[in-house]
Amino acid sequence: MDGRPELDRFLRTDPRDVGCAQAMEMLHIYAELAAAGGPVERQYPGIAAHLRACGPCGEDFDGLLAALHDQAPKTP
Amino acid sequence: MMPADSGVEQAPAAVPGVDPDSAGWLRALAGTGPAREAALARLHEMLVRIARGEVARRAPRLQLTGPELDDLAYQAAADALIAITGKLGQFRGESRFTTWAYKFVIFEVSAKIGRHFWRHPGVRLDAGDWDRLPARFGFDPAQEAEWRDLLAALRRAVDEELTARQRRVFVAIVLNGVPLDALVIELASSRNAIYKTLFDARRKLRAALAANGYVGDD
Repeated sequence: MDGRPELDRFLRTDPRDVGCAQAMEMLHIYAELAAAGGPVERQYPGIAAHLRACGPCGEDFDGLLAALHDQAPKTP
Repeated sequence: MMPADSGVEQAPAAVPGVDPDSAGWLRALAGTGPAREAALARLHEMLVRIARGEVARRAPRLQLTGPELDDLAYQAAADALIAITGKLGQFRGESRFTTWAYKFVIFEVSAKIGRHFWRHPGVRLDAGDWDRLPARFGFDPAQEAEWRDLLAALRRAVDEELTARQRRVFVAIVLNGVPLDALVIELASSRNAIYKTLFDARRKLRAALAANGYVGDD
Protein backbone atom coordinates (compact mmCIF):
# COMPACT_ATOMS: atom_id res chain seq x y z
CA MET A 1 0.00 0.00 0.00
CA ASP A 2 1.40 3.38 -1.01
CA GLY A 3 0.73 6.23 1.40
CA ARG A 4 1.81 8.94 -1.02
CA PRO A 5 -1.70 9.89 -2.17
CA GLU A 6 -2.89 10.20 1.45
CA LEU A 7 0.17 12.23 2.44
CA ASP A 8 -0.27 14.42 -0.63
CA ARG A 9 -3.95 14.98 0.20
CA PHE A 10 -3.04 15.95 3.77
CA LEU A 11 -0.32 18.40 2.78
CA ARG A 12 -2.25 20.00 -0.08
CA THR A 13 -3.94 23.25 0.96
CA ASP A 14 -6.60 25.13 -0.97
CA PRO A 15 -6.12 28.92 -1.03
CA ARG A 16 -9.91 29.34 -1.20
CA ASP A 17 -10.28 27.63 2.21
CA VAL A 18 -12.11 30.16 4.43
CA GLY A 19 -11.16 28.57 7.76
CA CYS A 20 -13.31 27.32 10.60
CA ALA A 21 -14.69 30.63 11.85
CA GLN A 22 -16.37 31.62 8.60
CA ALA A 23 -17.47 28.07 7.80
CA MET A 24 -19.10 27.72 11.23
CA GLU A 25 -20.76 31.12 10.91
CA MET A 26 -22.31 30.16 7.56
CA LEU A 27 -22.89 26.45 8.18
CA HIS A 28 -26.69 26.69 8.60
CA ILE A 29 -27.05 28.56 5.31
CA TYR A 30 -24.70 26.20 3.48
CA ALA A 31 -26.34 23.07 4.92
CA GLU A 32 -29.84 24.21 4.08
CA LEU A 33 -28.84 24.94 0.50
CA ALA A 34 -27.05 21.58 0.29
CA ALA A 35 -30.08 19.75 1.69
CA ALA A 36 -32.21 21.36 -1.03
CA GLY A 37 -29.76 20.16 -3.68
CA GLY A 38 -28.51 23.68 -4.34
CA PRO A 39 -25.18 24.58 -5.98
CA VAL A 40 -23.18 24.96 -2.76
CA GLU A 41 -19.80 24.29 -4.35
CA ARG A 42 -20.36 27.05 -6.90
CA GLN A 43 -22.02 29.50 -4.52
CA TYR A 44 -19.66 28.97 -1.57
CA PRO A 45 -16.37 27.55 -2.95
CA GLY A 46 -14.36 28.68 0.07
CA ILE A 47 -16.65 26.90 2.50
CA ALA A 48 -16.76 23.81 0.30
CA ALA A 49 -12.94 23.78 0.23
CA HIS A 50 -12.83 24.10 4.00
CA LEU A 51 -15.35 21.35 4.67
CA ARG A 52 -13.32 18.98 2.48
CA ALA A 53 -10.14 19.68 4.44
CA CYS A 54 -11.31 20.20 8.03
CA GLY A 55 -12.41 17.02 9.78
CA PRO A 56 -14.34 18.66 12.66
CA CYS A 57 -16.19 21.16 10.46
CA GLY A 58 -16.92 18.41 7.93
CA GLU A 59 -18.31 16.30 10.75
CA ASP A 60 -20.51 19.16 11.93
CA PHE A 61 -21.76 19.68 8.38
CA ASP A 62 -22.60 15.99 8.04
CA GLY A 63 -24.43 16.15 11.37
CA LEU A 64 -26.42 19.22 10.44
CA LEU A 65 -27.29 17.74 7.07
CA ALA A 66 -28.45 14.52 8.76
CA ALA A 67 -30.59 16.57 11.16
CA LEU A 68 -32.19 18.42 8.27
CA HIS A 69 -32.97 15.19 6.49
CA ASP A 70 -34.46 13.67 9.66
CA GLN A 71 -36.49 16.62 10.91
CA ALA A 72 -39.30 18.54 9.32
CA PRO A 73 -39.57 22.21 10.25
CA LYS A 74 -41.68 22.75 13.36
CA THR A 75 -43.59 25.78 14.56
CA PRO A 76 -44.29 26.48 18.22
CA MET B 1 -35.20 19.39 32.73
CA MET B 2 -35.13 22.90 31.34
CA PRO B 3 -31.99 24.91 31.93
CA ALA B 4 -32.07 28.24 33.69
CA ASP B 5 -33.38 31.03 31.52
CA SER B 6 -30.72 33.69 31.64
CA GLY B 7 -29.11 36.21 29.37
CA VAL B 8 -31.87 36.25 26.79
CA GLU B 9 -31.02 38.66 24.05
CA GLN B 10 -33.90 40.67 22.68
CA ALA B 11 -34.93 39.41 19.27
CA PRO B 12 -35.72 41.93 16.57
CA ALA B 13 -39.41 42.67 16.24
CA ALA B 14 -39.34 41.34 12.68
CA VAL B 15 -36.60 39.98 10.44
CA PRO B 16 -37.22 40.97 6.81
CA GLY B 17 -37.89 38.03 4.51
CA VAL B 18 -38.12 35.45 7.27
CA ASP B 19 -40.36 32.47 6.57
CA PRO B 20 -43.61 32.12 8.56
CA ASP B 21 -42.40 29.18 10.67
CA SER B 22 -39.26 31.03 11.71
CA ALA B 23 -41.27 34.18 12.40
CA GLY B 24 -43.47 32.09 14.71
CA TRP B 25 -40.46 30.87 16.64
CA LEU B 26 -39.02 34.37 16.94
CA ARG B 27 -42.33 35.84 18.07
CA ALA B 28 -42.83 33.15 20.69
CA LEU B 29 -39.28 33.16 22.04
CA ALA B 30 -39.10 36.96 22.19
CA GLY B 31 -42.45 37.12 23.96
CA THR B 32 -43.35 36.52 27.57
CA GLY B 33 -45.51 34.26 29.66
CA PRO B 34 -46.87 30.81 28.93
CA ALA B 35 -46.45 31.08 25.14
CA ARG B 36 -42.73 31.69 25.56
CA GLU B 37 -42.39 28.90 28.12
CA ALA B 38 -44.14 26.52 25.74
CA ALA B 39 -41.86 27.55 22.87
CA LEU B 40 -38.77 27.02 25.06
CA ALA B 41 -39.99 23.58 26.09
CA ARG B 42 -40.71 22.67 22.47
CA LEU B 43 -37.32 23.93 21.30
CA HIS B 44 -35.56 22.05 24.08
CA GLU B 45 -37.36 18.87 23.11
CA MET B 46 -36.26 19.33 19.49
CA LEU B 47 -32.68 20.02 20.51
CA VAL B 48 -32.57 16.88 22.65
CA ARG B 49 -33.85 14.88 19.68
CA ILE B 50 -31.22 16.36 17.36
CA ALA B 51 -28.45 15.87 19.94
CA ARG B 52 -29.39 12.24 20.52
CA GLY B 53 -29.42 11.60 16.80
CA GLU B 54 -26.03 13.25 16.42
CA VAL B 55 -24.33 11.34 19.24
CA ALA B 56 -25.82 8.12 17.87
CA ARG B 57 -24.43 8.98 14.42
CA ARG B 58 -20.96 9.55 15.90
CA ALA B 59 -21.11 6.76 18.50
CA PRO B 60 -19.31 4.07 16.45
CA ARG B 61 -16.19 6.26 16.48
CA LEU B 62 -16.40 7.18 20.18
CA GLN B 63 -15.40 5.37 23.34
CA LEU B 64 -18.71 6.14 24.99
CA THR B 65 -21.45 3.88 26.23
CA GLY B 66 -25.25 4.28 26.11
CA PRO B 67 -25.82 6.26 29.33
CA GLU B 68 -22.80 8.50 28.64
CA LEU B 69 -24.06 9.20 25.14
CA ASP B 70 -27.49 10.14 26.45
CA ASP B 71 -26.00 12.35 29.14
CA LEU B 72 -23.83 14.10 26.58
CA ALA B 73 -26.87 14.68 24.36
CA TYR B 74 -28.89 16.23 27.18
CA GLN B 75 -26.00 18.48 28.22
CA ALA B 76 -25.49 19.58 24.61
CA ALA B 77 -29.19 20.37 24.22
CA ALA B 78 -29.30 22.38 27.46
CA ASP B 79 -26.22 24.42 26.55
CA ALA B 80 -27.46 24.95 23.00
CA LEU B 81 -30.77 26.29 24.32
CA ILE B 82 -28.91 28.85 26.43
CA ALA B 83 -26.77 29.85 23.43
CA ILE B 84 -29.77 30.15 21.14
CA THR B 85 -31.87 32.27 23.49
CA GLY B 86 -28.83 34.43 24.19
CA LYS B 87 -28.19 35.03 20.50
CA LEU B 88 -31.75 35.33 19.25
CA GLY B 89 -31.06 38.85 18.01
CA GLN B 90 -28.31 37.51 15.74
CA PHE B 91 -30.72 35.39 13.69
CA ARG B 92 -30.95 37.15 10.32
CA GLY B 93 -33.41 34.90 8.55
CA GLU B 94 -30.85 33.51 6.10
CA SER B 95 -32.07 30.00 6.86
CA ARG B 96 -35.03 28.54 8.70
CA PHE B 97 -34.86 29.26 12.41
CA THR B 98 -34.74 25.55 13.19
CA THR B 99 -31.69 25.03 10.93
CA TRP B 100 -29.92 27.89 12.70
CA ALA B 101 -30.87 26.37 16.07
CA TYR B 102 -29.76 22.87 15.10
CA LYS B 103 -26.33 24.26 14.26
CA PHE B 104 -25.82 25.25 17.88
CA VAL B 105 -26.62 21.81 19.22
CA ILE B 106 -24.34 20.13 16.68
CA PHE B 107 -21.51 22.45 17.79
CA GLU B 108 -22.24 21.63 21.43
CA VAL B 109 -22.06 17.90 20.70
CA SER B 110 -18.66 18.41 19.05
CA ALA B 111 -17.33 20.46 21.95
CA LYS B 112 -18.48 17.92 24.53
CA ILE B 113 -16.97 15.02 22.62
CA GLY B 114 -13.70 16.99 22.50
CA ARG B 115 -13.78 17.39 26.28
CA HIS B 116 -14.53 13.72 26.76
CA PHE B 117 -11.34 12.74 24.93
CA TRP B 118 -9.17 13.87 27.85
CA ARG B 119 -10.84 11.42 30.21
CA HIS B 120 -8.68 8.72 28.67
CA PRO B 121 -5.33 8.44 30.42
CA GLY B 122 -2.08 8.10 28.57
CA VAL B 123 -2.66 10.56 25.76
CA ARG B 124 0.57 12.37 25.05
CA LEU B 125 0.55 15.87 23.69
CA ASP B 126 4.14 16.73 22.91
CA ALA B 127 6.24 13.59 22.59
CA GLY B 128 5.64 12.37 19.09
CA ASP B 129 5.88 8.72 18.17
CA TRP B 130 7.40 8.94 14.70
CA ASP B 131 7.05 5.19 14.24
CA ARG B 132 3.33 5.81 13.79
CA LEU B 133 3.79 8.10 10.83
CA PRO B 134 3.90 5.42 8.09
CA ALA B 135 0.66 3.83 9.32
CA ARG B 136 -0.95 7.26 9.69
CA PHE B 137 -0.70 7.75 5.93
CA GLY B 138 -1.03 4.11 4.92
CA PHE B 139 2.55 3.31 3.94
CA ASP B 140 3.23 -0.43 3.74
CA PRO B 141 6.06 -1.53 6.07
CA ALA B 142 7.04 -4.17 3.53
CA GLN B 143 7.84 -1.41 1.05
CA GLU B 144 9.84 0.76 3.43
CA ALA B 145 12.67 1.16 0.94
CA GLU B 146 10.28 3.13 -1.27
CA TRP B 147 9.10 5.62 1.33
CA ARG B 148 11.88 5.80 3.92
CA ASP B 149 13.56 8.85 2.34
CA LEU B 150 10.24 10.68 1.87
CA LEU B 151 9.20 10.31 5.50
CA ALA B 152 12.71 11.16 6.70
CA ALA B 153 12.46 14.36 4.67
CA LEU B 154 9.05 15.07 6.18
CA ARG B 155 10.42 14.62 9.69
CA ARG B 156 13.34 16.90 8.87
CA ALA B 157 10.93 19.53 7.56
CA VAL B 158 8.82 19.27 10.73
CA ASP B 159 11.96 19.83 12.83
CA GLU B 160 13.48 22.58 10.72
CA GLU B 161 10.66 24.46 9.00
CA LEU B 162 7.84 24.63 11.54
CA THR B 163 7.52 27.02 14.44
CA ALA B 164 7.36 25.50 17.91
CA ARG B 165 3.57 25.92 17.99
CA GLN B 166 3.10 24.46 14.50
CA ARG B 167 5.27 21.50 15.50
CA ARG B 168 3.29 20.98 18.69
CA VAL B 169 -0.01 20.97 16.81
CA PHE B 170 1.37 18.68 14.08
CA VAL B 171 2.73 16.20 16.63
CA ALA B 172 -0.46 16.16 18.69
CA ILE B 173 -2.87 15.76 15.78
CA VAL B 174 -0.87 13.80 13.20
CA LEU B 175 1.43 11.63 15.30
CA ASN B 176 -0.56 11.22 18.50
CA GLY B 177 -4.05 11.21 16.99
CA VAL B 178 -5.45 13.92 19.27
CA PRO B 179 -8.73 15.17 17.76
CA LEU B 180 -8.60 18.84 16.79
CA ASP B 181 -11.52 19.75 19.07
CA ALA B 182 -9.77 18.05 22.00
CA LEU B 183 -6.58 19.98 21.30
CA VAL B 184 -8.61 23.19 21.30
CA ILE B 185 -9.54 22.50 24.92
CA GLU B 186 -6.05 21.46 26.00
CA LEU B 187 -4.42 24.55 24.49
CA ALA B 188 -7.28 26.87 25.53
CA SER B 189 -7.54 27.93 21.91
CA SER B 190 -10.21 27.91 19.20
CA ARG B 191 -10.95 25.50 16.39
CA ASN B 192 -10.18 28.25 13.89
CA ALA B 193 -6.78 29.04 15.45
CA ILE B 194 -5.67 25.40 15.65
CA TYR B 195 -6.85 24.73 12.09
CA LYS B 196 -4.97 27.81 10.82
CA THR B 197 -1.81 26.68 12.62
CA LEU B 198 -2.04 23.24 11.03
CA PHE B 199 -2.99 24.76 7.64
CA ASP B 200 0.18 26.88 7.66
CA ALA B 201 2.23 23.88 8.79
CA ARG B 202 0.86 21.73 5.96
CA ARG B 203 1.70 24.43 3.42
CA LYS B 204 5.26 24.78 4.74
CA LEU B 205 5.84 21.04 4.79
CA ARG B 206 4.56 20.59 1.27
CA ALA B 207 6.77 23.44 0.04
CA ALA B 208 9.80 21.88 1.74
CA LEU B 209 9.12 18.46 0.24
CA ALA B 210 8.47 19.98 -3.19
CA ALA B 211 11.72 21.99 -3.04
CA ASN B 212 13.57 18.72 -2.58
CA GLY B 213 11.66 16.87 -5.28
CA TYR B 214 9.68 14.54 -3.00
CA VAL B 215 6.27 15.79 -4.15
CA GLY B 216 5.04 17.79 -7.13
CA ASP B 217 5.00 21.54 -6.65
CA ASP B 218 1.59 22.16 -8.27
